[in-house]
Amino acid sequence: MPTFVYASLCKGCGKCVDICPADNMQYNPKLRKAYNADPASCAECLNCVKYCPEHAVDVRPYADFAPLGARVGVVRDTKKNIIYWRIVFRDGTVYDFASPIRTTPWGSAKGATDFPERQDLDSELLALEDNPEFLGFPELPKPKQPVRIVGSIIKAKQQGSK
Amino acid sequence: MSLHFPTKVVETDILVVGGGMAGCGAVFEAKYWCRGKCKVTLVEKANLEKSGAVGMGLSATNLGVFTTDPDDPKPEEFVQYVRNDLLGVVREDLVYDIARHMTSTIKLFDMWGLPLWRDPKTGKYLRTGRWQHPIHGESYKAIIAEPCKKSADEVYERVFVTHPLLDEERPNRIAGVVGFGVRDGTFYVFKAKAVIVAAGGTSLLYRPRSVGEGLGRAWYPTWANGSAYAIPLLAGAETVNFEFRLVVVRFKDAYGPVGFPYLLLKMRSTDSKGQQWEPLPDEAKAQLSKIFYDYAWARPTPTPIRTWVTIQNLKEGRGPDLMQTQERLPDEESLKVLFEDYLDMTPTQALYWASQNIHPQKQPSELVPTEPYLQGSHGSSAGMWASGPPDIAPEEYRWGPNRMLTVEGLFGAGDTVGASGHKFSSGSFTEGRIAGKSAVRYVLGPAKDYKPVVSNDTIERYKEIVYRPMEWYHKNKPLTTTPEMPPQLTNWFEVHPNYLNWYQLLVRLQKIMDEYVAGWGMFYTTNMYMLGRAWELLKMLEEDFRFAAAASLHELLRVWETYHRLIVGQAVTFSMMNRKESRGYYLNADYPYIDEDNWHVFTHVRRDPKTGQWSFRTSPVIHIIPP
Repeated sequence: MPTFVYASLCKGCGKCVDICPADNMQYNPKLRKAYNADPASCAECLNCVKYCPEHAVDVRPYADFAPLGARVGVVRDTKKNIIYWRIVFRDGTVYDFASPIRTTPWGSAKGATDFPERQDLDSELLALEDNPEFLGFPELPKPKQPVRIVGSIIKAKQQGSK
Repeated sequence: MSLHFPTKVVETDILVVGGGMAGCGAVFEAKYWCRGKCKVTLVEKANLEKSGAVGMGLSATNLGVFTTDPDDPKPEEFVQYVRNDLLGVVREDLVYDIARHMTSTIKLFDMWGLPLWRDPKTGKYLRTGRWQHPIHGESYKAIIAEPCKKSADEVYERVFVTHPLLDEERPNRIAGVVGFGVRDGTFYVFKAKAVIVAAGGTSLLYRPRSVGEGLGRAWYPTWANGSAYAIPLLAGAETVNFEFRLVVVRFKDAYGPVGFPYLLLKMRSTDSKGQQWEPLPDEAKAQLSKIFYDYAWARPTPTPIRTWVTIQNLKEGRGPDLMQTQERLPDEESLKVLFEDYLDMTPTQALYWASQNIHPQKQPSELVPTEPYLQGSHGSSAGMWASGPPDIAPEEYRWGPNRMLTVEGLFGAGDTVGASGHKFSSGSFTEGRIAGKSAVRYVLGPAKDYKPVVSNDTIERYKEIVYRPMEWYHKNKPLTTTPEMPPQLTNWFEVHPNYLNWYQLLVRLQKIMDEYVAGWGMFYTTNMYMLGRAWELLKMLEEDFRFAAAASLHELLRVWETYHRLIVGQAVTFSMMNRKESRGYYLNADYPYIDEDNWHVFTHVRRDPKTGQWSFRTSPVIHIIPP
C-alpha cells in the first residue's frame, strides 16, 4: 500500500482526494478521513503526500521490492516556492535536499487572451511567434533542400554514394 | 444505490479531451486565436494541476529551443536524429513541424515561471545532450495548468470520457463525446464542431514486472490508460505503426529514467561481467549491423537497439546491465544532482535506493527493460495517423487540416499522434498548440455552419452502456454470500459466477498481452500462432465486458479505463499479425529480420465503428529531409 493516511493526523480536508491523478485517494464517510482505496493503481507520485497540509499522508514503498525502514519527508512550500526533501536510508543515512519549484508567484501566469490579438489565422505561425525572440528564426523555417525519397533511406543513401 | 444519474449536455466549438501537456497546449493556442469567436472546452479525468504524465513532475524539458544561434540545433538535425532512432519509419513533416515551433513553447514556460537551468555566464538555457534543458520540475504541470485554466472557456475536471459520438447524418464525422463525472456520476454529453484528443498513452496494458502490491509500479503512470487511442479507434480513425510499442531500459523495479545519468553525468553501463554496452563499443556495432543494418552505426545508437542489447544480455546470462553510478559521483554535489533529478520526477527511485541501502556513489545499480507501453511521444512511433502541416507535408500526408486524424473534425496531439516520437512533454505541448490553431481555422472556416446531429435515442443508449457495469453489479450481488466491500474498495478476489470486476478483467488482459503478444514474460518474443491465439482470447475478453461489474463510480472508472486498454491491445495484436517483420522492441520468431526492401512502410489498423470489423493496410514512408 504505497501511500497511506495516519488516522491521528488526518483532519479530513480532502486535499489528497482532490489532487490524486489516479482517483485512488477517497474519503471514508464513517471516519471522516481520507484513505488510499486502490493501492494497485498507485504510481507513488507522492502528490497526496506533498499536498497534505497536516503531513498526515505518508508512503511506504511497494512491498514487492522495498524492505521496510527507509523514510521520506517532503514539504512543498508554495510561498517560498521551494520543495524540501529528507531521505532516510534503511541503514540510517540521512540526506536533505531543497529545490526551487517556480520562479514567478502562483496565479501570475498569463492566459491566452492576456496577449494582444493577431489576425494571421491562415499562417502557420503560433501565438507570439510574430516576435522573433519567440520564434528563434527570422521567419518560420521550412526544409532548406527538401527531397522526396520513398521507402528506405538506407537504400537511398547507398545509391547516392555509388 | 440509485442509478438515476442526471444528464448534462455541453455544447462547444472546440472540445479538448485530456488536460495533460498536449491538452493544455491545445487549449491555450485555440483560445489565443478563438477569442470572442469560438468556445473552447476542456474535459479532464483528474485535477488539472497534477494530471497527465507530467503530474508527478519532470526534471527536463526533453525537447528544447531550436534557433539560428550556431550553438542551438536546427529542425533538420532533429528530424535526422528521430529518423535514425525510430529505425527510419517516421513522419518527417510532423517531427519538423514540432521542432520549428519549440522556441516559443520554451519561452512561454520560462515566462510562466518554470525554473529552467541557465548558464551563469551567458544566461542561456543549459542543455543535457543535444535536445533537452534540465529544469527544477516538481511543479512543471502545476505551472502549465495555470494559464490553461485561465484560457479555457469551461473546464470539466473529474469527468472520464468513455466513447466518441459520431454524426448521424454525415459518415465519418465526429460530433462529440460522452463520459461520466467520477465524483457525482453525472452523465456528460459534449457536442462539438471539432474534438482534439490529447489524452494519455497506455500503461499497464502488459503485465508489469511487479505483480503483487506493486502492480501499479510502471515507468509510465498508471492513470495513462490508452484513451488517446481508444477514443479515435472507436470513432473509426486509423492507427500508425501500432506494432512499434515502447520498451525502455530503466533502473530495476523503481523505473527511474536513465537519460540524465548517461547525458549529464556521463555514466556508462556494463553487463554483470564488466563489459561496457553503453556507450556501445564499435565491435558490438559491427555485430549488431548484421541485424539492424546501418542503424547500428547511427549516433546516438537508436533506442530500440540499446534496449535489444540489454534484453540479449539478460537472455544470455550476462545480465543484468549495471549503471556504474559510483564512477561518476566524485562529490556530494554530483550525488545531490542525481537524487534531486529523481525526486523531481520519480521519487520512488530515491526511496528504492534508501530502502535497499544502495548508495549510488559506492555501488552500481541494476537496469532492466520495462514491460511494453503504447505511446506516441517517447521513443516509439505508435499512435494515430494524422494529416500534416500544409506548407511542408507531402501531398499523400495532407487530407485535412494539420493534425486532423482520418475522421472528419477529430484532431490529435501528444501521445495521440503517431510516427513522430521524441516529443516528450514540451513537444506534446507544442503539438497541442499546432492542433489547437488548426482546429480554430477549421471551426471558423469549413465547419462554420456545422451543427452536430446526435439523437436523444443515441444519448440514452450510451447512458445505458456507460452505467451498465453498476447496474449489473447491484442486480447480481445478492446471488452469493460474499460480503459487500467498503464503498470504494475493489474486492479483487471476489468469486462470482455472473460478473468480473475491473481488476479481474485487467489481469486477464495483461496475461494475454504478456504471454502471446511479446511481453517481458516471453522476452518480447512472439510468432504468428501466438498472435492468432491472442486475437481469439482478446475477442472473448471483449465479449466478457458484458459481465463487467462496478460497485462504485471509482470502479466504473476502472472498468472503462480497462476497456480502453483492451481496444488498444486489439489494435496492437492486429497490427503485429499483419506485419511480417520484426522491427522495434519485439521479435516475431517467424519473421526475425528487418526487411529493408519491402517493408519500409507505415502500417495502419482501423476498426469499423458500425460493424466492429478490423482492417489493415500499409502506406509508403516518404522522406523530405536529405539523408
